[in-house]
Amino acid sequence: MPQTAEHLWLHRFAVLTALATLLLIGIGGLVTSHGAGMAVPDWPNSYGYNMFTFPVSMWVGGILYEHSHRLAGSVVGFMTLVLALWMNGRPAAKWLRWGSVVVLALGLVASTSAKVKLDNVLFLVGTGVAGFGISFVWPRHEAVSPRLARFGLLALVLVIVQGVLGGLRVTALADWLGIFHGTLAQCFLVLMCAIALVTSDWWARLKAESPPVAVPAKVRRFLLITTLLILGQLALGASMRHQHAGLAVPDFPLAHGKVWPATDTISLETYNRSRNDHREFKPITARQIHLHMAHRIGALVVFGHVLGCLLKLRRTMGAAHPVAKAAGVWFGLICVQFGLGIWTVLSNKAADIATLHVLVGAASLVTGALLTLLTAAWSGHSCPLPACGQERPPHAPGAGL
Amino acid sequence: MKSLILTLTAVAIVAGSASAGDVTGKITLKGTPAPEKEIPVDPTCGKLQAGKKVMTRFYVSDATGGLADCVVYLEGAKGGAASDKAVVIDQKGCEYLPYINSAQTGQPIRVLNSDPLMHNVHPTPAVDGNKEDNKAQMAGGKPLDFAFTKAEKFLRFKCDVHPWMFAYVSVFDHGFHAVTGKDGSFKITGVPDGKYKLVVEHRKGGKVEKEIEVKGSAKADFTIEAK
Repeated sequence: MPQTAEHLWLHRFAVLTALATLLLIGIGGLVTSHGAGMAVPDWPNSYGYNMFTFPVSMWVGGILYEHSHRLAGSVVGFMTLVLALWMNGRPAAKWLRWGSVVVLALGLVASTSAKVKLDNVLFLVGTGVAGFGISFVWPRHEAVSPRLARFGLLALVLVIVQGVLGGLRVTALADWLGIFHGTLAQCFLVLMCAIALVTSDWWARLKAESPPVAVPAKVRRFLLITTLLILGQLALGASMRHQHAGLAVPDFPLAHGKVWPATDTISLETYNRSRNDHREFKPITARQIHLHMAHRIGALVVFGHVLGCLLKLRRTMGAAHPVAKAAGVWFGLICVQFGLGIWTVLSNKAADIATLHVLVGAASLVTGALLTLLTAAWSGHSCPLPACGQERPPHAPGAGL
Repeated sequence: MKSLILTLTAVAIVAGSASAGDVTGKITLKGTPAPEKEIPVDPTCGKLQAGKKVMTRFYVSDATGGLADCVVYLEGAKGGAASDKAVVIDQKGCEYLPYINSAQTGQPIRVLNSDPLMHNVHPTPAVDGNKEDNKAQMAGGKPLDFAFTKAEKFLRFKCDVHPWMFAYVSVFDHGFHAVTGKDGSFKITGVPDGKYKLVVEHRKGGKVEKEIEVKGSAKADFTIEAK
């Protein structure tokens, strides 16, 4: 992709959107850590108000977290819309125009219903008129690249699905929707970070240059598998959060005083009766304990795989190679994440620690995904070196590390 | 005809009173439970408590050891008093009062808001057939009614705005249940003569039971050990 000034700003905006997404995931973590997911029972309204006119004086207790999450989600949604339009260029003006007409029509239809409050009508009509007007002046440029434009569109679809999932989780009172919501958030973050990476000047230069040593296909596969394992581990984590299983096993390194905890009826009764926490979680079930233990085992598996990636990359590319160094950072993140997981249990699931655990988990996934993307991009080069696509010979610099 | 109806009614009343009585008793706490914990309430709710600390209510007992908040019921019983009258739970000082309640299937459970701030009322049943719900209740808002169709012990109500607020309602498919008062005493009324299994359940202290025979009335005391 040619690096013009406009593309530089597109890249900066993509980075900003990715950072906003990470912040949004952090606020989402605070919502579940504080048990505030249902503090605002309605959606898309908040206590009957349009969410943008909900009085600040009412942002109290759990509402503060849940409502902030909704607003932050709206900001990320808006930024993603702008990014998608920006990436798609002139053809996207047509979508903006017709989308705005649909929103305007919805506002006009809503105005005829006594059930819809005036602030919602004004919001829909105002948004429709603004979008319609803007579509005549922006975007007017060419799309950045057809493939990238499609990813912009995918991001827009994902952010809409994500918003609706979050809303339905509230209105349908469905914990399982929350699990999808939490996992899709991580996938969306990866997409935003990937867009930020591939729109960078650095990426363009990287694509133009040949790597000093090719990353063997089996190492690339291992990177991909490890990244998918992290995603699976984050999905397990989301299941724990939304099924309130974070403290189903309250001790570490043992589990209810054993290597593998008992889950018979009498043991479960004993666990529940001895639980003296003012948060009065739902009673511990065998399923919650199994979920919790699966997350612990998953942590060990991920730890081993990321360590494996680090060693393989150092062996094949040399310890000084930036990718090997990045893998070192990745392993560092996994170590921190491991520690935060233990701290979450030992701190009796302190909200700030549990939220940090979510954020470092997201950062670990993104690091793995970008490393996978980077090495995959390199593999597409027409490499002039005879060693491309092969393991480093044992006598090569950095081999055997 | 009128006199015949009056006579039959009188006979029914006399017969009924002869074969239905009260089951009474007291639950005493044995042992010393773990100390209650102070709940970190937010400043707004703290003001409503006028400086009083808000504590957990896992074991509430009086000076004589009488244990409150035990659910007492006749296991497997059928019938019992009609359940038109609502079980009332109030939100006061960002606490649910009473903490432990009992109700019959279909009986209205009415939640009031006496606080000058809003709450959400979120029952989280665990038994299939009982519907989870989540309703906003503004300061001075109208009472909210809930009802459940299936029997369920300690069905949890919570407020997600104030995540320390909980109440529990044990729902029975008969009318023979009660919750012990501050002194640990209970009274189940209108129990027909016969043999029953009387069960006492405390959320933390567990379950104890006894076979009883009601002949006009019956009395049964229990001891629950602190866990």
